[in-house]
Amino acid sequence: MLKTLMNRFEQGNRTSSYPKTPIEMPSRYRGVPTIAPEGPDAPADLAKACAEACPQAAFDADKRTIDLGRCCFCGTCERVSKSKLVHFTQSFELSTAKREHLITDGIGAKNGANDDANAGALPDLANHAKQHFKKLFGRSLQLRQISAAGCNACEADLNVLTTPFFDLSRFGIDFVASPRHADAVVVTGPISRNMRTATLTTYEAMPAPKAVIAVGACAISGGPFTGSPEVSEGLESLLPVDLFIPGCPAHPLTNLHALLSFFK
Amino acid sequence: METKFHAITNGEAIDRNDIPHLPFTEFRDEALALVAEGGKVVQLFGTAAVDGALPDGALPDGLLPTIAVMRLEDQLWVAATDLPETYASLTQEAEVFHLFERELAEQFGVTPEDHPWLRMVRYHPNYADRPDVFGNDYAVDIPGNYSYYAVAGEEIHEVAVGPVHAGVIEPGHFRFNCIGERVLNLEISLGFQHRGIEPMLPGATAGRRQLLVGTIAGDTSAAHSLCHAHAIEALALADLSVSTPDQMVRTAALELERLANHTGDLGALSGDVAFLPPANYCGRMRGDLLNMTLWFCGNRFSRGLVVPGGVGMDLEPVDSETVLGRLTELKPQLEHVIDLIFTTSTVRARFDGCGRVSHEDAQHLGLVGPAARASGMDYDARRVFPTEHYTQIDVPKCQPFTGDVYARARVRADEIIASVALLQDLLPKIKSTKSTAVQDHALAPSSLVVTLNEAWRGEVSHCVLTDAQGKIERYKIKDPSFHNWNGLAMSLRDTGISDFPLNNKSFNLSYCGHDL
Ligand code: SF4
Ligand code: SF4
Repeated sequence: MLKTLMNRFEQGNRTSSYPKTPIEMPSRYRGVPTIAPEGPDAPADLAKACAEACPQAAFDADKRTIDLGRCCFCGTCERVSKSKLVHFTQSFELSTAKREHLITDGIGAKNGANDDANAGALPDLANHAKQHFKKLFGRSLQLRQISAAGCNACEADLNVLTTPFFDLSRFGIDFVASPRHADAVVVTGPISRNMRTATLTTYEAMPAPKAVIAVGACAISGGPFTGSPEVSEGLESLLPVDLFIPGCPAHPLTNLHALLSFFK
Repeated sequence: METKFHAITNGEAIDRNDIPHLPFTEFRDEALALVAEGGKVVQLFGTAAVDGALPDGALPDGLLPTIAVMRLEDQLWVAATDLPETYASLTQEAEVFHLFERELAEQFGVTPEDHPWLRMVRYHPNYADRPDVFGNDYAVDIPGNYSYYAVAGEEIHEVAVGPVHAGVIEPGHFRFNCIGERVLNLEISLGFQHRGIEPMLPGATAGRRQLLVGTIAGDTSAAHSLCHAHAIEALALADLSVSTPDQMVRTAALELERLANHTGDLGALSGDVAFLPPANYCGRMRGDLLNMTLWFCGNRFSRGLVVPGGVGMDLEPVDSETVLGRLTELKPQLEHVIDLIFTTSTVRARFDGCGRVSHEDAQHLGLVGPAARASGMDYDARRVFPTEHYTQIDVPKCQPFTGDVYARARVRADEIIASVALLQDLLPKIKSTKSTAVQDHALAPSSLVVTLNEAWRGEVSHCVLTDAQGKIERYKIKDPSFHNWNGLAMSLRDTGISDFPLNNKSFNLSYCGHDL
């Protein structure tokens, strides 16, 4: 008993006050990218070099855009351009309500800004959220997770939302065991051939109205596995997706921000 | 011992011509002789080119070129053979070959005769365009023609769970044959996470390969990346030797991965016996440990940290100081929570004697990692085949254990304590590192390299074969879970079905690492 109490005191209160107070990410974290317009520091051939080095074909040299749905945030383009052309900020607010919004020209993203000033880079999620979802699920949101052939890191970073630091249930959001109890399905992984039917059946088992959330590069585009005949090119090829949460994996705070902005 | 297998070294490339090519019967006898001496299988795989598009007649005369890598004590052995379309299975003599032979059958359409449990592994068409061994039509959904182990009798019932489970967990299918609450047999059928990674690797650019090896199993990213890096470093024609500080960072990455996962598992085990305080504390501390990796490389799962030739980041002394500071702060908390778990009688009442895997069974199944150590097999690749900075480190031997949930938990706890000590010693030595770019390297032609590292779940191994032009012809991956899933099934024998979650957590195996 004494040990239980002593551990309790030692552990203290660890729950973060996000979103009331912003959180600073360490400098090596790669969040919303900025992309410099063409200029002497960032010429066209540097853009081409970035595109060639990108393992995910996520960087478009002509348009100077990054498709955050394909990007695995490996940072190669940043390294190749010595941060002159591509630079990843520490903003973890990466999610969008539309697939095409994930293709960013990286203009207006500010380092570390987790507020409206940052809205230039990616369309502000809260304003693009479906308003009827907010009304339906704003006070209570039950999530059913389907793990469909990723690497399990996205699942891990969803799972931590229930640990004391994030404490998801203080927002009225929980993971539930049955699709019958769920308001939204959270899919991770590139949906392998062997998980296709199980994914669809789980979705069908949920009562309407229901939302569909794709978490991670895999679920959005196939991620690192794109091109394999064993996986799909993303959840959208199977189901209508309402919320896209990019990353490889999506950082827990990216997930939290997305859920709060979209549903609250 | 006398063997026709050829001795090789972890992470050293050899000429393919130096691999002894044995007639099948001799190959079989020699491999079985090694097992009889206590040897284990590291790899056994078909070496026909696998790149998604096999040329016609890839298997001349119906023979499948095959390589076996075995380990016996501190020595690795390799030999090759040509497997006929049907051959006398090795599994009927030695269980350690069980899943490897099933994989061979699935990947290349060869049939091991008298294999006691010839079933699919991952459910995909074979790479050789041969008739399917299992009679499957892969347009039909998984599991196809899979006949599950059945038990008959009046009181017998069957419980089927998955692929989609109740929590935020990977998919897999579990079949329990029960008499009342008691499990007679558990069958685990996987493959849902199959992404086809192996066929993607030979044709991939270095950048893509780096992503792919880091996502074989996301929680084992450092270990798989390290095996990949060792393979490329051994094969590259350019000098890719790794500096001492880089080696230290890579060692630290592997240990942080071990710490984070072991800590998370202890919390999960505690949560499963309804002792919630440690479950919460461990969940939080695991996050702190992942954030140390984030500090080093910008990713909680160490993506891009371990690359061929070194590390992917420029690190300053302040980086290891920061991580060391955090770890030092965390250490007493970890120790106290571990003490709390193991001195709480309600926890011990559930852990003790639950899901016992005997030393003998563990040997027969060829378990690896903490699960094997919990059953008294003290193999640890860090000590037996040391790489990186492990050559300078005394990795403590683990004490003999009883093979139950308690033992599997205790091994984790001991390894947490050992890893913290190891890191406290290592981190102050790391000054600065210079980043190494991931790039394509010309590789030695006609070579083979086998790499092994001790991930938190046990031995990870990668095998790379190059062709006469120095192109990667075959990239074989083995995650420790490939050895251990049957250990979990064994632990459930004669155990209450309600103890399944607890036993499952005590192994915490990777579905994606198994399914590739
Ligand atoms: S960070 Fe994204 S866009 Fe840049 S190279 Fe990597 S995958 Fe491509
Ligand atoms: S998106 Fe990346 S981290 Fe997430 S499951 Fe896919 S490979 Fe893993």
